[in-house]
Amino acid sequence: MSDRILGVCGILLALFFIWAATIIKLSFISDPIGPKTFPFIIGGLFGLSSLAIFLRPDARPSWPSMTGLAELAGGLAVMVAYVYLLPAIGFVISTAFASAVLSWRLGANLSGAAAAGIATAGGIYTVFHLILGLTLATGPWGF
Amino acid sequence: MDSFANLMHGFDVAITFQNIGLALIGCFLGTIIGALPGLGPSNGVAILLPLAFSLGLDATPALILLTSVYYGAMYGGRISSILLNIPGDEPALMTTLDGYPMARAGRAGEALALSGIASFVGAFFATIGLAILAPQLVKVALLFGPAEYFALFALAFATLGGISSTNQAKSAWAAAFGLGIAMIGVDGQTGVPRFAFEQIHLYDGIDFLVAIVGLFALSEVLIFLEHSGGRSAKALAAQTNKSQIAIGRPVASFALLKFCTPAIARSTVIGFLAGVLPGAGASLGSFLAYATEKQVSNGGDTFGKGDPRGVAAPEAGNNAAAGGALVPMLALGVPGSGTTAVLLAVLLALNVTPGPLLFTNSPDIVWGLIAALFIANVMLLLLNLPLVGLFARVLLIPAKYLMPLVAMVSFVGIYGVSGSTFDLLVMVLFGVIGWVLRKLDIPLVPIIMGILLGNLMEANLRRAMTISNGDWSALYGSYLSIGLWIFAIVGFFLPVFVGRKIKNKMHAKTVSDKTTGS
Repeated sequence: MSDRILGVCGILLALFFIWAATIIKLSFISDPIGPKTFPFIIGGLFGLSSLAIFLRPDARPSWPSMTGLAELAGGLAVMVAYVYLLPAIGFVISTAFASAVLSWRLGANLSGAAAAGIATAGGIYTVFHLILGLTLATGPWGF
Repeated sequence: MDSFANLMHGFDVAITFQNIGLALIGCFLGTIIGALPGLGPSNGVAILLPLAFSLGLDATPALILLTSVYYGAMYGGRISSILLNIPGDEPALMTTLDGYPMARAGRAGEALALSGIASFVGAFFATIGLAILAPQLVKVALLFGPAEYFALFALAFATLGGISSTNQAKSAWAAAFGLGIAMIGVDGQTGVPRFAFEQIHLYDGIDFLVAIVGLFALSEVLIFLEHSGGRSAKALAAQTNKSQIAIGRPVASFALLKFCTPAIARSTVIGFLAGVLPGAGASLGSFLAYATEKQVSNGGDTFGKGDPRGVAAPEAGNNAAAGGALVPMLALGVPGSGTTAVLLAVLLALNVTPGPLLFTNSPDIVWGLIAALFIANVMLLLLNLPLVGLFARVLLIPAKYLMPLVAMVSFVGIYGVSGSTFDLLVMVLFGVIGWVLRKLDIPLVPIIMGILLGNLMEANLRRAMTISNGDWSALYGSYLSIGLWIFAIVGFFLPVFVGRKIKNKMHAKTVSDKTTGS
């Protein structure tokens, strides 16, 4: 079933892609086949392979349980929050927070996760910023 | 002898304080990355790639660092195969068959030393093969026009799924997906935006670094999150297993080496060829090497029960394949495996155009790199024999501390390259896409290849069409291009008939040998 859904989504995506290729505006500079032809070929290939997957699906993959999905959603939420916090509160604090939450969700206990978060943030800051001079996000406190 | 002079020049380039230091760091990190289950050569190089880039390294030092990681990971994969019966990366799968039984029999140190030496021999001769074969291939490649290049790209995509692929539709799907992503952004030839939907962020296209790190590194973190309950239990079991196995002195006796020499020699040749040919790669190289040794040895009934030849053969095979895989990547600019695709990304990120002209235009880069491979290889041998105990201890770092570090280093790398929050979000999105597609058994490597090579492939098609004034028959107008198309078509459809058989054989081998071995 999963492969059939993938096939249908793929066909829809291929149609969308081909439609989006038709609205590419042509420029006054041009070559014999122009900027649309190759996208049409790709769209066709994408559609055909989606159709093949739809017609001959593989066995059902092992999707995670509801708890597994919840873990994933939580982990993703942490990563997205991290991206937005990075410019706001700086690298060290946001990284310590994000890696602590991730390692807690991967099975560390609370104190272990906190220590891991601080060590990860401090370690990366020391190695990449202080030693190697890489630019990291700076927050209001300068780190 | 031309190659030899070039190679000497390469050593001149490679032997600087900075380059040797980078090679050492790369070898060390690479061995650790290879040893850690869940991190293999391609995601290891993927994580470090944006870092090498944002640290502002030149092309040669950056390549030296990352290819040292690549070779190092090939060495490191064997450590957890032997000690924990868990392959550190995919090509090291075959090493578990005899490596773990040897370790259980109290010969872990011997197995590690032997496999280290076999890895060295495989990689060393493959690097010599690379230095000899790549310039020859360049001579052929210089005859290529745009039409031949277009056919060559088609060949690369058609064979990427590999001979053991069970679903070619999915390989084609992945390639088209990647090519489609490459089309986003301003068209290089006419300057019109495509698939950007008036979004300024999309005018530059999707940065392939963002896609690679998302697909390879973040999706791995997501897999661990999904299994967080079950995985920690498994890791615990592995640890208790480990504590029973003492490494012992990592020394292989001369008699043992002599006993294994024919196996190592044959495996090196097989592995190298598997690496050079499209659609094979290191995993198949180590499988073929192991299977051949089993055939050649008398009856093969000691294989799977801790036969040292069964440790030496796959390790020589996969390290030789790693060197062989660099031949098409450097000479043609068309990678044949996941890790070499990531290395191609290194070249592109550094504004170095891969392909035959690389050898004439930037001999410093090519020969410096090949010289660095020799240096890295010697370093790896020296690092791996005495320090194997240290590397083995790294295996004890649990995923719950390691995976957040992997995620954070990925973010740091991409942030260092672009400094944009938008790119970080795109990377997370690619992480999710990577996770879903891995679940659905869609290969990720063709996607990366599509993103990397899409614009180049299109440029060659349009150049060919401009030359022929829009006549499509120009695409198969020379014997060379006809040959390439035939290979592409055969390479794509052959696995449809034999892929499942080969896959089953590989699978059956590991399963049956494991049951008889334990």
